[in-house]
Parts: sequence; C-alpha cells; structure tokens
Amino acid sequence: MEEAPRMIHLENISKEYDGATVLSDINLYILKNEFLTLLGPSGCGKTTTLRLIGGFEYPTTGRVIYEGKDITDVPPYKRRVNTVFQKYALFPHLNVRDNIAFGLKIKKMSRGEIDRRVDKMLSLVNLAGYGKRSVDSLSGGQQQRIAIARALVNEPDVLLLDEPLGALDLKLRKEMQLELKSMQQQLGITFIYVTHDQEEALTMSDTIVVMNSGRILQIGPPKTIYDEPKNAFVARFIGESNIIRGTMVHDELVSFSGVDFPCVDAGFGENVPVDVVIRPEDIVIVGEDIGQLTGTVTSVLFKGVHYEMMIDAGDFTWKVHSTTMQPAGSRVGLAIVPFNIHIMRPMKEDVAP
Amino acid sequence: MMNMQLPSWAYWAMGAGLACFIALVALSVRRHHGVKRSLFAAPYTLWMLVFTLLPCILIAYYAFTDTNGAFTLDNFRSFWDSNNSMRENLRALAGDEVAATVARGSVNVDTLVYSLWMAFLCTAISLLLGYPAALFMADRKMKMGSTIVVLFIIPMWMNFLLRTIAWMSLLEDNGLINAFLEWIGIGRKHLMYNQSAVLLGMVYNFLPFMVFPIYTSLSKLDPKLGEAAQDLGCNEFRTLLRVTMPLSIPGVISGITMVFMPSVTTFFIPRVLGGGNTQMFGDLIESTFLVAGNWNLGSALSLIMMILILISLSILRKADPNGEGGGIV
Repeated sequence: MEEAPRMIHLENISKEYDGATVLSDINLYILKNEFLTLLGPSGCGKTTTLRLIGGFEYPTTGRVIYEGKDITDVPPYKRRVNTVFQKYALFPHLNVRDNIAFGLKIKKMSRGEIDRRVDKMLSLVNLAGYGKRSVDSLSGGQQQRIAIARALVNEPDVLLLDEPLGALDLKLRKEMQLELKSMQQQLGITFIYVTHDQEEALTMSDTIVVMNSGRILQIGPPKTIYDEPKNAFVARFIGESNIIRGTMVHDELVSFSGVDFPCVDAGFGENVPVDVVIRPEDIVIVGEDIGQLTGTVTSVLFKGVHYEMMIDAGDFTWKVHSTTMQPAGSRVGLAIVPFNIHIMRPMKEDVAP
Repeated sequence: MMNMQLPSWAYWAMGAGLACFIALVALSVRRHHGVKRSLFAAPYTLWMLVFTLLPCILIAYYAFTDTNGAFTLDNFRSFWDSNNSMRENLRALAGDEVAATVARGSVNVDTLVYSLWMAFLCTAISLLLGYPAALFMADRKMKMGSTIVVLFIIPMWMNFLLRTIAWMSLLEDNGLINAFLEWIGIGRKHLMYNQSAVLLGMVYNFLPFMVFPIYTSLSKLDPKLGEAAQDLGCNEFRTLLRVTMPLSIPGVISGITMVFMPSVTTFFIPRVLGGGNTQMFGDLIESTFLVAGNWNLGSALSLIMMILILISLSILRKADPNGEGGGIV
C-alpha cells in the first residue's frame, strides 16, 4: 500500500463543540484509490471526521491537507470531493434526472454532455428509465442509488459516504455492499466510508480506522484488525471475543483462570497484569480429560453455520463457536493453541466501551 | 332606518335552524347510547352556522333586494355605474335627454382597482422585506433568530387601530421622525396623508403574516439539503436560489394569501394615514353601510369582494396543490 500516493492527510486535528471534545489529535493518511472505513460506535467522532474532509466542519486545531495543499479553509463547494449523505438528502423538488444532473448544471456543462453522463450514471446504478420519476416515489434502496449517482456523476477524486446503507434491510445492505465495492474498483475512486457495522467494514474495506471517544485506536487492513486487535475495545468491537484478565508470567507464558498457557507474545515483562483476548472460534472443545480447562456447557444457540455455546470453566463464562454441538449440562474440556491467544496491555479507562 | 329590521321570516328561519340542530344532536346521543366523538364538533358547527354561514346568507339576501325587500339586480348595476340611480331618477323627472348627460363610470370600480393595486404593492413589498427576515430567523447559526421571532410577535399583541394611530405621532409634521430629520439637518418633510403613508401602514400591519408562513416552511427544511447543494458545487447564494427558495414556495404562497386578502379589504389605515385623500374598498364598504346607510349596495360590494377573494384563493391553491404552507390556505 505504501507505494500509492497520499491523497488526504489529517494533521493533528482536534475538534471541540462548546468545550466538549469530539475529536482529539487525529492523524490519518488516506491513500489514492483506497477504500477506507471509519468504524466506531455512535458518538465516536467518525462522522465529524468525514465532515471535516467534506468541508462542513472546521477543526479547532490541526490541518486538512489534500494532495499536498492545505484545504482547511476551503469551502465545500470548492473541494474535489462529493458526499453521499446518511439519509440521502435528495432534492424533493427535482426529479431523479435533475437530482443527478444538479452538480453538472452548476458547473455549466453543455446539455448534451449532461444528458450523456446522467444516462451513464443511471445505468451504472441500475435505474435506467427512472429519470422522470419523483424521488419520493422511489424505495429506500433506489433513493440510495440516486444519492450515489448524484455524487459520482461529478467524477470526484474522493467519495465520502456517511453510513449510506444504514436505512436498508439486511438483504439489500449485503447487495449494496458488493455493488459499492465493485463500483469503487471499477471507477478507481478513493472511498471514505463511515459505518458502525463491523461486518460491513470487514467486507468492504482496504483499510479500517477504529475510533472511540474522538480518538483513533487502530488503523490497519481488515485481517490485521481482526486477528491482532491492539486493545480490548477493538477486540470487543470487531467480531466477538472472550476478554479475560490475566497475568503475564514471563515471555510466551500467560496465566489466566488459574492455569498457565503457552503463547507467542513477548516483551510485556514478568508478572504483569494483562488483558487476554480469545476469539470464540479459536477455542477447541476436546475431551474432559485432555482439556487445558474443564467446564460445563450452560447454553447452546444454533447460529446457522455454527453453534454458540456458553461454557462455565474456571471463574469465567466462555463463548465458544463450534460446528459440533455439545448438549447443555455436559462436561467438556477446552484447548487453546498458543497462536490464538492475544495478549494486550490493560486498557485506559477513557477508551473502555 | 328600515334596514335595521330583519324581515320576520329571517327570525323564524334562525329559530327553526337552531331547533333542528338541537334535535339532531339529541337524536345522535340517543341513537349511540352515549357521547359520539363528532358531538365534540357541535359547538364549532353551531358557531359556524350562526356567525359565518348566516351572515353570508344575509349579505346575499341584501345584495339581491331593494329597500323594500323585492328582488333586484340594481345594486350590482350601481357597482358598475355609480350614477345609475341618479340617472334613473332624472329620466323619470326630466326625460331621456337630460338623463343621458349623467356620466357613466364608477367610483366603486375605480376604488376596487385602486385597492387591488395597493394590495399588490403591499404584498410585493412585504414579500421583499419578509423573505430575508424569515431566512435570517430560520438560520440555525444565528443566535438572534428566536429573539427576532419574539420582536415580530410582540406588536401583534397590540390593537391594530392603536398600532396605526401610533404611526400618526411618528409621521405627522411635528412628529418624531420630522424632529429627527430637522435635527440632522435635512429639514421637515410632509410625510402623512399620501399613498406612501398608507402603504407604509399596510406593510407594517401585514408583514408578520408574510414572515411567519415563510419562516415555518424554511425552518422545516432539512439542513442536509443545503449541505448537499454545497457539496455539489453551489456557493451560499446559489444554494439559496436553487434549493432553499424553490422548497419554501408553499410558505411564500401562504404568506401572499395571508397578506393580500386583508390588504384588499383594508379600512381605517387609509383614513388615518391617508387623510381621506385615498379611499380603499374596505372604507367604501364601511361608508356605504354606515354613512350612506345603503345596506343593499354595501352588501353587493361585500359580495363582489368575497367572490374576488375566493377566486384568488383557488388560483393560489392550484399553485400549491399539497397545501404544505403552514398557513390558513
């Protein structure tokens, strides 16, 4: 990724509203043609970050750099970015065609060129023939496509998307996720995408930026974020996890639930308290006699691909995913391979979920 | 005055109507073994019958009858040709030739045209002044917005006549404004008793009726729409022109209606600030009733006014089919 040119750079940005800090010390590069997702719970500052790039917010401190130039003071209408708004913000007094043509008409483009581009856009979002319809007569998914078309028709360098799929049902969401991703690859545009849905972020992104309480907690590709969460918040927010307090006995040996486990992490020191994160699918159910831990299955849920079992073992209730089911009440053994034990320093209170 | 007495059948009709209404209410209570929801509308219905429908019927009755209560269209003839009755009297006394010397033409029609023109001016000025004011009030970034809303409302708590008379003390030759003009060296000006003073009084009184419907429709606008316009390349002015203004049209239509209607029927303001130099249709109706004592002609004039307003209302309603304006239309 490093060879791609840096498109946008947020430099030491912080933002306060009436004394309340919304963003503190945000530093972030966005590369050309990257699909970058700002991920976090509501109120984490992800939308504010997006609005800073769009020009709708002004940072309290810091600069927004765009292709090497400081654009902090540049108003939205002079930026080469376009936005797909959360609830679409389509113009109710214009029909579908005029909504899409809006930006081109402002640019005083010729009629023929406008028609050509709008038609191309309508077919790209699979809504050819809908030009004369009023936007109110369209379904949520269709309105969503119009909002994307209205932004993309301007051929922006960067497309900002503020939870664009939030109002759609699950099936439509999944379809649109794939469509957006293929559109991005096809058009070669930088996408900056805001969502609180970790699954969506993992599916679509090249890079995920996990945020909480106005701070960036981790930046990385989806696989890294999932496999090597930097702290318990990221671990808890991305996918499901068992997070348990433990003690690092020495390098490559950690103790929790009263048992010593070999692991692969080192460099924490000796006998220091740590957080231990284990994904539910990384716990293997074995015979009671050979498990590192032994416990009792307290509940079983069928989740489609796998079963989710809650297992009381030691002083902790483990969430375990497995394709084979153990009935509630049965005694089982649990085994965890060293590679799947993630050790992290205990979180500071202010980023705790 | 004979007209002060209603014909006796009118009293009978009123009484019968009231009795029917009470009987209907009583019946509906009995049939539904309890209070029906529509019963709560009864006081309102009664109010409408007695104070809205009945006066309208009476106006129509007077407009189509003469002083003896006989059917006639003379009142409408007099509207078009105000010397009509004088000419008819002369014809009876001195013959056709003398009668023909009485000029055709109508003070009434002239006054109506003048009133419509004044109402148009008043509406246009109110719109030009009111729209920016409403924009300012609805702007979320302006902290002053709500203060200005209150400033617009407070004068409306005062009596309309009082507010107009207050302008006299400001505008008159020895008034406050002239004292100020003299003090800054411009010298005293004659400000009262002309068309501009009347227009000023009208705009002053009716401006809030323009501002508030527009304010309502502007503050209902999603601020995201403005952001979307800016995102697509509009500066603030173009955003106003292409998004904000088209979307506030329902409020504008509602405002126009609410200013134009009372403007056409304005009375008192021309008399106080215009000094009788300019007469408007409202004054004409008033003086026809109270000075000339001609209830029949006065009713005909009122009826014409009512029909004109109904026509303009239906035209405006067509322009705003959804009736989204937060007004009375």
